[in-house]
Amino acid sequence: MSMKRQKIIRLTLSYLVILAMTVIIVYPLLWVIGSSFNPGQSLSGSKMIPDNATLAHYKELFDTSKSDYLLWYWNSLKISTLTMIFSVILVSLTAYSFSRYRFVGRQNGLMTFLILQMIPNFAALIAIYVLGLLTGLIDTHLGLILVYVGGAIPMNTWLMKGYLDTIPKELDESARIDGAGHLRIFFQIIMPLAKPIIAVIALFTFIAPFGDFILASVLLRSKEKYTLAVGLYDLVAKQFGSEFTTFAAGSVLIAVPIAILFLSFQKYFVSGLTAGGTKG
Amino acid sequence: METLMYQSKHRKIALGLSVVPGLGQLYNRQYVKGILFLILAASYYIVFGNLLDIGLWGLVTLGTVIGRDHSIFLLVEGILAAIVLVFGLGFYAFNLYDAYKNGQKRDLGLKINSLREQYHTLVNSGFPYLMISPGFILLVFVVIFPIIFVVLLAFTNYDLYHSPPAKLVDWVGFQNFIDLVKLDLWRKTFINVLAWTIVWTFGATTLQIALGIFLAIIVNQKDLKGKAIIRTIFILPWAVPAFVTILVFSGMFNESFGVINKTILAAFGIDAIDWMTDPFWTKVALIFIQTWLGFPFIFAMTTGVLQAIPNELYEAAIVDGATAWQKFTKITLPLVLYAVAPILITQYTFNFNNFNIIYLFNGGGPAVSGQNAGATDILISWIYRLTMTSAQYSKAAAITLLLSLVVVSVALWQFRRTKSFKEEDMM
Repeated sequence: MSMKRQKIIRLTLSYLVILAMTVIIVYPLLWVIGSSFNPGQSLSGSKMIPDNATLAHYKELFDTSKSDYLLWYWNSLKISTLTMIFSVILVSLTAYSFSRYRFVGRQNGLMTFLILQMIPNFAALIAIYVLGLLTGLIDTHLGLILVYVGGAIPMNTWLMKGYLDTIPKELDESARIDGAGHLRIFFQIIMPLAKPIIAVIALFTFIAPFGDFILASVLLRSKEKYTLAVGLYDLVAKQFGSEFTTFAAGSVLIAVPIAILFLSFQKYFVSGLTAGGTKG
Repeated sequence: METLMYQSKHRKIALGLSVVPGLGQLYNRQYVKGILFLILAASYYIVFGNLLDIGLWGLVTLGTVIGRDHSIFLLVEGILAAIVLVFGLGFYAFNLYDAYKNGQKRDLGLKINSLREQYHTLVNSGFPYLMISPGFILLVFVVIFPIIFVVLLAFTNYDLYHSPPAKLVDWVGFQNFIDLVKLDLWRKTFINVLAWTIVWTFGATTLQIALGIFLAIIVNQKDLKGKAIIRTIFILPWAVPAFVTILVFSGMFNESFGVINKTILAAFGIDAIDWMTDPFWTKVALIFIQTWLGFPFIFAMTTGVLQAIPNELYEAAIVDGATAWQKFTKITLPLVLYAVAPILITQYTFNFNNFNIIYLFNGGGPAVSGQNAGATDILISWIYRLTMTSAQYSKAAAITLLLSLVVVSVALWQFRRTKSFKEEDMM
């Protein structure tokens, strides 16, 4: 009897904790969704469940004559997609070399870059800005994409190398004996086997540019070239609260697709991270 | 002993001729390679000659004529010139080595590789280099170049009062570092910011880790219903882009119209709290938000580990008469901690550098009198403030350098421990 009672107490407590956490997690999310349907611009009168809900803010965002939001959305999508494609290509090439070949710099090269990247390099924003000016890549999406791709290489190469190391080397060797060249082994044997980790890296490199605020705000100067993060910050920072409901609507439109994308691939994220990070 | 076997001096002649790239190869009768090297060297000189000239001059002087010379541009060009020079020297060294090696082969009476064979060795041994070179070149510009820039900047006097094009920047040696220690304003700010950075890193990270592991263990109980939906909810803060959430929270914590003061605290009859202007409460709010943002990641990792623990372990423990608490402390916790330890350390370094939350929540504020950083500025956001708003570029670079020492040593220690690098040579 006491066993059973213990179990009930334990489960009840567990559910209570879970309930409390759920409220804490969901409340801000519901609040921002609620705000986005509130009439008026200010945050002060907003309620979680508005009395007279309105789609006005969404309409305003989609009205290209009133806001650049759609443009920003398109910019972000474009930058993220291109960053993803270039990163996956470069990371695959690099990771394959690191996993299968021996060359000068193989031992410490990757680690050196991983560590160098951890240095918080804001003072160098000036350098990147000047470099952009010199090369004519300032205020272009290409420049931003190149910086993102470069930044994505070390960490993702490390993850992918960890995964490729688990693919038996005998596979490439037997292919080589059968007369397959380097590129053929890479494309027809290794890449198909590496699909899961490629999916993980594609997602990582797609989502990362969405969240970046600093680089985009330094490199992009004109408003119509902004990404979503910069644009939205602009919306709230100008005069906090004065356009909060519009900002809320904009946030919902970003957060929902990304959250769905993320949740549907969440399993791969975890397995990808642990495969590269601990087992590799 | 070996030298006795040489019958001729081809290796020395080839090496000598290769002072001009390509001539040694021509002498070794590798005509295609020789001509290729000659062309490469000539085009290198034509393309980069000017950059090398101006860049290296600029790097040393940082400009001499106000108006004509822009010190920072010169510094950037100088670094580019140095990078180009390193690549050039690398090629040059290879050229000398190649001429010497092939000359040596001839001295020993061995056959020199034919063009076809050269092509094959190039493809085979050069393939990995070919594969990594696009990524590597990009990394040189995105990672190495900014770091060199910051290292050099730390030894200049680039600030508001020495700002091109109106003024020139000069090399000042260790002056910035000396100022950081000697000048009261800087020393005091540095110590305050460092102290909060440490509290922040350990406080926020430890909380999110503890909460993540705790919740994972609770949700993973066998007789708990609705695991899938609970897990999805608990992952949500990770799934929503962080910059959105932080901006939303900064609206919620707003003192005059934020929902926390107006609705939640009011419901409990608590007076409004100065979330944005009282340093203590701002810090509390920041740690709360970071815990909210960060625990799902740990939660997901731990869940993965928990599901992989074989059930036999627990069954064996029950046979041995272990209590629930013993099962937890002797089986679950050690296994979880062992598996997620490397990830935990990255969480600490992540929060140490967590610029977004500090900047987007309250811009590092509130302001504090007698120091040039806000009350919640961590080192990284202080550097940003110095660079972007108060134009103290060289000081910011000097602090970056000091900070790098810490970050790099922690990271080195961490990576040395992970298997991926330890077993590097066991493949």
